[in-house]
Amino acid sequence: MVTTEYNKNMQFFTDMQRCIGCHACEVACAECETNGQDTMIHIHYVDRANTIQTTMQVCMHCDDPVCANVCPANAIVKNANGVVLSANTSRCFGCSNCVMSCPFGVPIKKEESELMMKCNMCYDRTGAGLRPMCATVCPSNALFYGTPEDIEERRPHSTPVNKFIIGEQEIITKVNVMMPKGSTELTIH
Amino acid sequence: MAKLPVSEEKIIDQFGPHKHYPPLGGFKGVSNPDKLVKTHCCFCGMQCGIQLKVKDNKVVGFEPWKEFIFNEGRLCPKGVQRYLQNNHPDRLQTPYKRVEGVGFVPIEWEEAMSKVVSEIQRIQKQYGNDAFAMLSGVSLTNEKSYLHGKFARVALKTKNLDYNGRLCMVSAGAGNKKAFGLDRASNNWSDLKHAEVIMVAGANVSETFPTLTYPIWEARDNGAKLIVVDPRVVPFARTADLHLDLRPGTDSALFGAILKVLVDNNWIDKDFIENYTSGFEDTVASIQDHTLEWAEKVTGVSAEKIYKAAEMWGKAKTSFALHARGIEHHTKGVDNVVSMINLVLATGRIGKPYCGYATITGQGNGQGGREQGHKCDQLPGNRDIENPEHRKYIAEVWGINEADLPGKGLSAHEIIHAIHRGEIKGLLSICFNPLVSLPNSNYVREALEKLEFYVAIDFFLSETGRYADIVLAGSLHEEEDGTVTTAEGRVVRINQVVTPPGKARKDSEIIKEIARRLGSGDKFNFENSEAIFNEMRVASKGGTADYYGITYEKIEKNMGVFWPCPSLDHPGTPRLWEDRKFRTPDGKAHFNPAPYRLSAEMPDEEYPIILTTGRVVSQYLSGSQTRRIGKLVDQYPEPLLEIHPELAAKYGIQQGDLIRVKTRRGEVTLPANVVATIRKDTVFIPYHWGGCHSANLLTNDSLDPVSKIPEFKVCACKLENTKEKAPDSKLSNAYQSFSH
Repeated sequence: MVTTEYNKNMQFFTDMQRCIGCHACEVACAECETNGQDTMIHIHYVDRANTIQTTMQVCMHCDDPVCANVCPANAIVKNANGVVLSANTSRCFGCSNCVMSCPFGVPIKKEESELMMKCNMCYDRTGAGLRPMCATVCPSNALFYGTPEDIEERRPHSTPVNKFIIGEQEIITKVNVMMPKGSTELTIH
Repeated sequence: MAKLPVSEEKIIDQFGPHKHYPPLGGFKGVSNPDKLVKTHCCFCGMQCGIQLKVKDNKVVGFEPWKEFIFNEGRLCPKGVQRYLQNNHPDRLQTPYKRVEGVGFVPIEWEEAMSKVVSEIQRIQKQYGNDAFAMLSGVSLTNEKSYLHGKFARVALKTKNLDYNGRLCMVSAGAGNKKAFGLDRASNNWSDLKHAEVIMVAGANVSETFPTLTYPIWEARDNGAKLIVVDPRVVPFARTADLHLDLRPGTDSALFGAILKVLVDNNWIDKDFIENYTSGFEDTVASIQDHTLEWAEKVTGVSAEKIYKAAEMWGKAKTSFALHARGIEHHTKGVDNVVSMINLVLATGRIGKPYCGYATITGQGNGQGGREQGHKCDQLPGNRDIENPEHRKYIAEVWGINEADLPGKGLSAHEIIHAIHRGEIKGLLSICFNPLVSLPNSNYVREALEKLEFYVAIDFFLSETGRYADIVLAGSLHEEEDGTVTTAEGRVVRINQVVTPPGKARKDSEIIKEIARRLGSGDKFNFENSEAIFNEMRVASKGGTADYYGITYEKIEKNMGVFWPCPSLDHPGTPRLWEDRKFRTPDGKAHFNPAPYRLSAEMPDEEYPIILTTGRVVSQYLSGSQTRRIGKLVDQYPEPLLEIHPELAAKYGIQQGDLIRVKTRRGEVTLPANVVATIRKDTVFIPYHWGGCHSANLLTNDSLDPVSKIPEFKVCACKLENTKEKAPDSKLSNAYQSFSH
């Protein structure tokens, strides 16, 4: 059945081992007219001198989003579907609290417009039953958007994890990271 | 006469490459396009399905085509940005003529056509028909490939027609014909899904065919082991089960050694070998000295790793072998190909589900374009231009006397030699940028300067086009209907999305008009692309590449049809050799002895380091298209010299130092990228740039004796540290191909 509204069964999964650093997601993300040719996903080499490994960072859409919590203008809100929307442009005044507080380094401040911008999980697409642009084009499916059952069947050697221990903080996110089979959380020291 | 008419700066100012970006918020109409047209990406052999958004007869954006069976919406960055060409400020929109001291001046078609035809006639009258050569391209559709083959032989009446597939798939094609008697990927990509082991040699899949990464991962999820053979840790090699980082040019030594292990351990399919192959004993005899110890010395890969690869390959029940230019761009490219095929035949794993073999065709229509007859030795249907029966059949289809059909001509690089010798005086090129893509580019440039007349058909003025006397504005991929054949042998439809802008014309209209003016109009009365395709079907009938049963309607209905498809009721052939009836004269698959021999130029005291070349993910081939797309340029703005930290230390080279790389043919100065992901005896330069940044100033133009492919992948170089730091890459103008 073709859905034309936000599908609550669908989830976002990222898998760093599959990332080939091609930047298809970045350029595709920037094509979204609401992004004004800025990309909301970031690809980085981990340590190019020693490895070709790249990583991609989308907004993790935290259950308890610190970016929203620290926003003095209440510009960032989590909607009923758990998607943390990018800052409401009429409220945001570019204080950068969110940029500094995000544990995943996601929000960027556009200096020209004094606005914070970040991935809102392609809400214009996902809200219409489509997959986010980055997870649609990703040629290795390092970015994947589908149901938990689908990912379980497709990736028998790995497990989706959405619990992160960063220092003393525990963060639960809407976006999953694929980890070795049996993993339950990702700890970052 | 064909030197640059004015300074390079003036030409670049007028024609680019300029970096093109979409406006903030996208082009007008991106959110309410007039139509969304399903077609394919114009770049590599994957031919990913894509939908282009059109507003007011302009391409304004894209939307993934998630229903297309191969890529399901997946794209690489080139695919995402491919829509930025039709609306590009550099897009040629009118014919031009070269005026000394003035530059390229817009002219009307009548003047351009008159000049082209009178120069063709003058040169051919004075020097003979073969003194006018044609170079074609294999990013072109099947229809254009067929048209150009017929045009050169029937209208131009020259034997000297070749194509840039000569730099791409010819070693694979020759190897496939030797082994199977037919040149196509034996399997489609769905046979990767349950292969137990996948061996990929000389194919940087993650950067050159990014969307093929997905089916390989799908197989790995199902338990497949991945073996990658490459001198560098390319992105998908990072997680491979086994990475054989061999010394460039030693592929046949590696495969010979693996074959010996298979035979010594009896990991072979004796029944298959006995019943369906020939040449096994001779081949095994030829590699008796290819021991693991010997192979370790030659390839630089440990004996243990080679044995492990042989064991993984030998013990598997299903497997898929893939290769690309990394093993093909050699003076022994064909040897490398057949030596890998020998591993497939020895284990009998072909013609069955999840038992596959394929060369990964590089260019957009690298597969179809190499079948329709615009190679110097070929007629449509992948027929042989020297075979009397083949000549007779095609002469009949074309309505000419067989005696008037020219014979075998010179290959692409041999045409350059012939220009130097004064045997070729005139040239027509389309979709080929030899000044960037051929090896030894100084020599190529000197040849262009010697031509009496050169006409280039193109949609952007390429580096080579800068040397033209007349430039004819042709059509982009999205501006003309047609078909292409993907790397897996699937014939798909390219839909015309928009009409050519300004006064630009469809390529086929230009060719037909020249043919008419040369007096052969009656042979080129094609109403549209489908009419060309329908004649091509007949011309291919009975050939090894038989398209007779494929129609536009059938392609659209089935989302592609695999050739051979000999009759209208035939479903096509996604997997070859299920019947075990190979197309060789004896009906058997052939083992071919290919014992190791040295590359044409080996490192020595004066030039002690191996140079190899290749691609990056954001650029495509000679870059004539992708060096104009802003974000693709910004992603990798200039070629870098990849060098291992240990080798770098010997020269005191640090990250970002400017390094002068010298070979016997030229020199290039590039920033160093010091990375541990390359062999210690090898440096790597990507080749997409022209002018003083061109890797092909350095490469060796020695050719494979059979396929005539140049040895892009191995030559000897030396390094000089300039001790200067490179300026910020973002400021580089490498994309514009200045000579200085």
